[in-house]
Amino acid sequence: MQSFDLGAEGLRALNSTLHALRGQIDSQQTNMTEWEVVNPRGAHAIAAGVDAPVDITVRGSTGYYCAGMNKQATIRIKGSAGPGVAENMMSGTVIIDGDASQYAGATGNGGLLVIKGNASSRCGISMKGIDIVVHGNIGHMSAFMAQSGNLVVLGDAGEALGDSLYEARLFVRGSVTSLGADCIEKEMRPEHLALLADLLARGEAMGKAQPEEFRRYGSARKLYTFNIDNASSY
Amino acid sequence: MLLALGKVERGGLGMCGIVGLFLKDAGLEPRLGAMLTDMLVTMSDRGPDSAGIAIYSGAQDGIGKLTVQSARPQADFKDLDADLKGAIGHLVLMRVKSTHAVLEVPLDQVEAARSALAHLRPGVKVMSAGDSIEIFKEVGLPRDVAARFGVAKMGGTHGIGHTRMATESAVTTMGAHPFSTGADQCLVHNGSLSNHNGVRRELKRQGMTFETENDTEVAAAFISHKLQQGDTLGEAMAATLSDLDGFFTFVVGTKNGFGVVRDPIACKPAVMAETDGYVAFGSEYRALVNLPGIENARVWEPEPATVYFWER
Repeated sequence: MQSFDLGAEGLRALNSTLHALRGQIDSQQTNMTEWEVVNPRGAHAIAAGVDAPVDITVRGSTGYYCAGMNKQATIRIKGSAGPGVAENMMSGTVIIDGDASQYAGATGNGGLLVIKGNASSRCGISMKGIDIVVHGNIGHMSAFMAQSGNLVVLGDAGEALGDSLYEARLFVRGSVTSLGADCIEKEMRPEHLALLADLLARGEAMGKAQPEEFRRYGSARKLYTFNIDNASSY
Repeated sequence: MLLALGKVERGGLGMCGIVGLFLKDAGLEPRLGAMLTDMLVTMSDRGPDSAGIAIYSGAQDGIGKLTVQSARPQADFKDLDADLKGAIGHLVLMRVKSTHAVLEVPLDQVEAARSALAHLRPGVKVMSAGDSIEIFKEVGLPRDVAARFGVAKMGGTHGIGHTRMATESAVTTMGAHPFSTGADQCLVHNGSLSNHNGVRRELKRQGMTFETENDTEVAAAFISHKLQQGDTLGEAMAATLSDLDGFFTFVVGTKNGFGVVRDPIACKPAVMAETDGYVAFGSEYRALVNLPGIENARVWEPEPATVYFWER
């Protein structure tokens, strides 16, 4: 395992080292696939922009935009994450042992984001294909304008869940304070239970919850689809 | 809807940093200024325009304090203690710190001293007045501002610091935070208020006075006015949620209290930590990492539209 002391070596050195791994592992130019980052001390943009199949463990809490734009990497945060964790993730996995601040997984295109504590407001805002599994609760305005992907919440959801939602699927086990505009509860069909079982397993939540305990929410499709009867008001 | 997305972006871009410490363990009191300075310097890149700090100390000593500021400190502070003693008939102890001076008078003479000061030195601004509060603020980076006033050497029971990225009014000493609009009260703010002109007009009608056109001063005066009317700190802070429109994370200090409230949208970041020794606030977790015992502290993000306060 490669250990990197962020306090001693600095953020620029860390991220340029991790960025340099791109393409090197597939072409077997390096075998450095396991990394740990010590002394993160809430710094911003830790391991942002990584594009390599490596495992990175951050030993502590992180600031803004940790693991942003991640491709391929598995990044574990042994603490809590600041705003915008895994923002615009493309692929790979990000697992947070603690809580996540606002807009976790925002605009994520792919990959899996797991938050073992709570996520605050705007979790999964404008998500575009990412899967997000939150073991605790999520705050208000989560999945706002979410386009595709799955958001699984073992706890409760705050106000205005799924406001102006497109085609993302939302699964909440606990209470929902309120649904946002055009977000409705939908029937849970067998394919959804299968999807949930898979997401719970990959989200390290097996045994914590059963697929049957969740409710499914999605778009009523009245806000974003063109309705000929409204043509005169456009 | 797109406007709301824009707000999310703005919230991530900084615009001011706040730190706060409310000590529960008296053994930490000599280190209050040093801890707050370290926290504030860490937040420098959230706002490099100006910085300020409020420190509460000496609540039990029977001495009142006026902290004053002058653009011409050498002229204004010359013989100010003697002149003030002549006006109020009581001993005045003056400690000059750069552009600021702390005037110590008997507790029941604070208002008399303040009135006399307005005649004796019209160019001098009152930063704070009361039993235990001292406020120091200037244009510049937190490290320089803290060094200029020797904040790291100050002890106390609780304190609040702010580093500003100006949005609503000019980069001046008087536009820096904290704002104090009542005895031993202060407030700092990350965000911007949209209805401050209307609220200021109403508060003026009800007798409150203002030094600036700044939105944050309106929030401070709003809370001071509620406290004057008999509200508790918690009630006064809760009233900001219904009457103030805009983005805010406020941290408020009183003689014996410390409070935090965020607007319902809660774009402006906030992290809190609590141990047996202290309650701490930071705009980011980075500000808290050097506090004693932080690794075992309860660390959480304050909920939107929820009032948190501690009193001793």
